[in-house]
Amino acid sequence: MYKYDEYDHAMVAARVAEFSDQVKRRLAGEITEDQFKPLRLMNGLYLQLHAYMLRVAVPYGTLDSRQMRMLAHIARKYDRDYGHFTTRQNIQYNWIKLEDAPAILEDLASVEMHAIQTSGNCIRNISSDQWAGAAADEITDPRPWAELLRQWSSFHPEFSYLPRKFKIAVIAADEDRAAMRLHDIGIQIVEKDGQHGAAFYVGGGMGRTPMIAPLIEDFVPLDDMLSYAEACLRVYNRYGRRDNIYKARIKILIHELGADEYRRQVEEEFVHVKSLGIDPPKAEFDRIAKQFAPPPLDASAPDEIDRSDPDFAVWVDQNVAAHKVPGHAIVNISLKPVGGIPGDASSAQIDLMADLAEKYSHDELRVTHAQNIVLPHVRKADLYAIWQALDAAGLATPNLDLISDIIACPGLDYCSLANARSIPVAQKIAARFSDLGRQKELGELKLKISGCINACGHHHAGHIGILGVDRKGTENYQLLLGGSGAEDVSLGTITGPGFDEDGIVDAIERVTDKYLAERSEGERFVDTFRRVGMAPFKEAIYG
Amino acid sequence: MKLLTGNDLKTGFVTWWTGADWSLHIEDAVDVGEQGDAILAVEEAARRVNAPYIIAGEQTAEGPRPAHIKDRIRALGPTVRPDLTLKPADPAAGDWVI
Repeated sequence: MYKYDEYDHAMVAARVAEFSDQVKRRLAGEITEDQFKPLRLMNGLYLQLHAYMLRVAVPYGTLDSRQMRMLAHIARKYDRDYGHFTTRQNIQYNWIKLEDAPAILEDLASVEMHAIQTSGNCIRNISSDQWAGAAADEITDPRPWAELLRQWSSFHPEFSYLPRKFKIAVIAADEDRAAMRLHDIGIQIVEKDGQHGAAFYVGGGMGRTPMIAPLIEDFVPLDDMLSYAEACLRVYNRYGRRDNIYKARIKILIHELGADEYRRQVEEEFVHVKSLGIDPPKAEFDRIAKQFAPPPLDASAPDEIDRSDPDFAVWVDQNVAAHKVPGHAIVNISLKPVGGIPGDASSAQIDLMADLAEKYSHDELRVTHAQNIVLPHVRKADLYAIWQALDAAGLATPNLDLISDIIACPGLDYCSLANARSIPVAQKIAARFSDLGRQKELGELKLKISGCINACGHHHAGHIGILGVDRKGTENYQLLLGGSGAEDVSLGTITGPGFDEDGIVDAIERVTDKYLAERSEGERFVDTFRRVGMAPFKEAIYG
Repeated sequence: MKLLTGNDLKTGFVTWWTGADWSLHIEDAVDVGEQGDAILAVEEAARRVNAPYIIAGEQTAEGPRPAHIKDRIRALGPTVRPDLTLKPADPAAGDWVI
């Protein structure tokens, strides 16, 4: 885990003091909302449907138990006893009082956390693989590079007022667990001739104009990574459209320029940027990387799991993943109980997960973009004790990557941008498919729901995606099929006319029934869809 | 009818113009008629409310109700957490929202 140095501490403390003064002036009526709004947004404080909402950054989704407990403390003391984990690996609080915001930021700073750059047209929280440092299939831990990017992008003077927000993901495995190619920049650490380098995919994103990022450079030496990223941003900052918010993301620029021309301009800029010496000296990178050293795991720990408790065995099969070190495992804690709100956790649950991390996972937790929590370094021998504790707290739903493991944005229940509610639809789908045997029969099926075109619920990337729209003041839900945010990245296609809240649940059932009727041996839903195409599904839905 | 709504500066909570002040309860809201823009300008200048705006509503036997679903949800609270709405003890409180 990265620990703040004196610069980090000083920067965050200065920002807390600055924002405290700004809040005081706003409460005293010395500044208007128009003046205050950009200041509060720079500190992650939004005004949402019912109250202020604070978005707290969890860099690359990694946090320790002390930080996790602070998140529970904030939920308990300043909010309504729960938090909402987001698709950007962050956490949001929905009921924050303006006068409490400075104290909350102070509390966060005490555990090396903040809400800076969780809003605004800047480089947002760097996201990464939630299994980083533990995954059996990674070539290296991507987080030192993500941390380097975090430091580079924090308060970057040139990139604080970009044409639009900017999202970067870093992974180091062929399996993409971070929707890397649906980011403004997706970086994959790759190996070539025994050397590690960075493949740069630039210009992806969801929102109203979804695009898959094209490969711009297949191997940037890691010593040049920051300079190359800087060059990518500079070209965007120079030519990205500021006249039209809907065309301001880098994906539009690259689409209009073409990947080849964008690459040419980046290469030209890179030559200049490289001469500026922004890439860190090796000693500095080594200092960062050292803080992500693997925990001391005993490779001779027992590799067998006692599966005599059948409920435990079901959970192990679904929610536990292979660790790179024998005798160990990755535990995925589902925040998607049937009837629950995807991504929500109470302060007691957050505290419990912190306790389990401290006791069993070398003090580490991860937030996933699928709105779940991970204990990355667990001895297999401890799995049963962990499962028992999770089960007692309602956190042992064995549905990872199944149809009820739904990504859903807050939707019209909380969000002022939304056109339709997402959460009730997720709850109804989860209830319809609550039978675990049925879910397992359907196999991997990623269902994602957004309450508006901004796509915070990643509906374009769902094997089944749902987009809520406003049709003359009534909620209406469009259905998309065939998307993926993984290494087989693709964008979903709209099936046809939309549905009301109950109709969309029925439509999904017809789609899954059709899949079961059409699938070949070993095919996931998305595989069958790609093989047979939209027509049979459309016929099943609309007749 | 037309209703004037906004958010409280300190808490961010949804508020409704009552003719003299702001209330958390939609039942207290009054029809601002053609005076909405003038009231809005005065209240915003006085910095007593955040992000005020005028919406269409209708008078019912239970009191004023916003016309659009977004403002109906704003008026009571999240439909998925009845315990966090303005009337957590009344299971029927949200029957008119959706």
